[in-house]
Amino acid sequence: MNGAEYLLFILMLAVFLGFELINKVPATLHTPLMSGANAISGITVVGAIAIAGNGNQDLAQWLGAGAVALASINVVGGYMVTDRMLGFFKKKEG
Amino acid sequence: MDFSVVISLGYVVASGLFIFGLKMLGSPATARKGNMVSAVGMLIAIVAALLDQGIVEFQWILGGMVVGGAIGAIAARAVAMTSMPEMVALFNGLGGAASLLVGWAALSPDATTFTLVTIVLSILIGGITLTGSLIAYGKLSEKLASGAITFTGQQIVNTLIIAGVVGSAVMFCIEPANTSWLYAVIGLSLVFGIMVVIPIGGADMPVVISLLNSYSGLAACAAGFAINNNVLIVAGSLVGASGIILTQIMCKAMNRSLSNVLFSGFASVSNEVTEIDGEIKPINAEDAYYILEAATNVAIIPGYGMAVAQAQHVVKELADLLEANGAEVNFGIHPVAGRMPGHMNVLLAEADVPYDQLLEMDEINPRMESVDVAIVIGANDVVNPAAREIESSPIYGMPVINVADARTVFVLKRSMASGFAGIENPLFYKENTRMIFGDAKETLSKLVRELSS
Repeated sequence: MNGAEYLLFILMLAVFLGFELINKVPATLHTPLMSGANAISGITVVGAIAIAGNGNQDLAQWLGAGAVALASINVVGGYMVTDRMLGFFKKKEG
Repeated sequence: MDFSVVISLGYVVASGLFIFGLKMLGSPATARKGNMVSAVGMLIAIVAALLDQGIVEFQWILGGMVVGGAIGAIAARAVAMTSMPEMVALFNGLGGAASLLVGWAALSPDATTFTLVTIVLSILIGGITLTGSLIAYGKLSEKLASGAITFTGQQIVNTLIIAGVVGSAVMFCIEPANTSWLYAVIGLSLVFGIMVVIPIGGADMPVVISLLNSYSGLAACAAGFAINNNVLIVAGSLVGASGIILTQIMCKAMNRSLSNVLFSGFASVSNEVTEIDGEIKPINAEDAYYILEAATNVAIIPGYGMAVAQAQHVVKELADLLEANGAEVNFGIHPVAGRMPGHMNVLLAEADVPYDQLLEMDEINPRMESVDVAIVIGANDVVNPAAREIESSPIYGMPVINVADARTVFVLKRSMASGFAGIENPLFYKENTRMIFGDAKETLSKLVRELSS
């Protein structure tokens, strides 16, 4: 398989898996699910890192550095606020 | 030393941890650990990315991480739970912006057509997500008017924008060296994001915010194709799928199609006034107390008004007192109560209401006939019996919480104004309904004082 087909293959499997997993999340957790998903979408930081460190001092490097900053807000803020929220959810005692 | 195998394995492990983390989000008991698992996955992915051979200087990477991480940490600590919809909207937008920048940066003179198409997609989806989310943020935080904004010729303008986006995207793929097409795609997608969200009113925000959540994932996914990175594709499509499912759930809960939510701002609202028989029966908190004291089964139905009044803590106090008085207390939560999916649950959880007391609409409705008192706090359309009874009603067919089946219904309401949808609510005129006018928090505090004395 060449690159593009391989990536599309991954896409298809991940989409199906995503549908299966998310369908099982109860309605009571939908807000933490969204903020947690937000944090995961900060995965763009991984792509931005290599671009921001290319050392070329070109436009791409500045764009990459901006993307690292924006995606880091998502990653750190997303995981922290989700953790804060999930900490509130308690089962009835007794 | 070449780390490429280590990097690839790191991405595989990270993807696995994201998937496992989401699986653990399937139950409130394991959800917090699941979030941790997902965060560890992210850490591994970031460390793996830092091993990349192509990186010759780290200062911009670290600078970006420190600045972004600090902003994120401060925001996550400071945000009030009532403001979660705004925060999620803003974060969606940032995710979109990051993917737009990565797509843009991926442009190189030797890019293949496939790469060019994916670059265009990540810029397009990222741009729409960015400005659409900013408008949604503005509406949710009431920095902008929360109603639908429409003007004559809007559809023509939108059609022209779409034609412009498609045209410049195609030209960009044909002539990547001509940067005007690139800037046209960026500019038009930013404008399009604004145009898509302005005609959508405040009450439809749960749908919009879910959809933008999905777009932020899809943008990351497209950026993954543009830079040939599989972990971006896996993580992006998980987020995309999550947002799409939430969007579907929200649309179903409003009995509307997605296109109806997105475009109904354009349709003229029918001003047909339906005559409702019966009269409004207001009572004061003291009389309400006597009814509540005798109740053995109480259901509380919160809506966005509870969040606005910041009444979740006093609601919890009331629930505790009623339970101490021997009553069974449950909360009935409609999927679109509030401004985002699960909004009410988080507010009540913050106020220490145990999650097994928070019932979904399908769980509470069959029990409603055995409920002595149903207390509606700042909810309107989600308890509107017109959805079941009046075929001409715009919300006819929407699943609602059938509070009218309870023996007595208390409606806590500021005034007699209609809900966001602007639809008359026959519930207020029912034989067994009692209206308690005033600020929800004050009314509840009065009830709490009466019950605890």
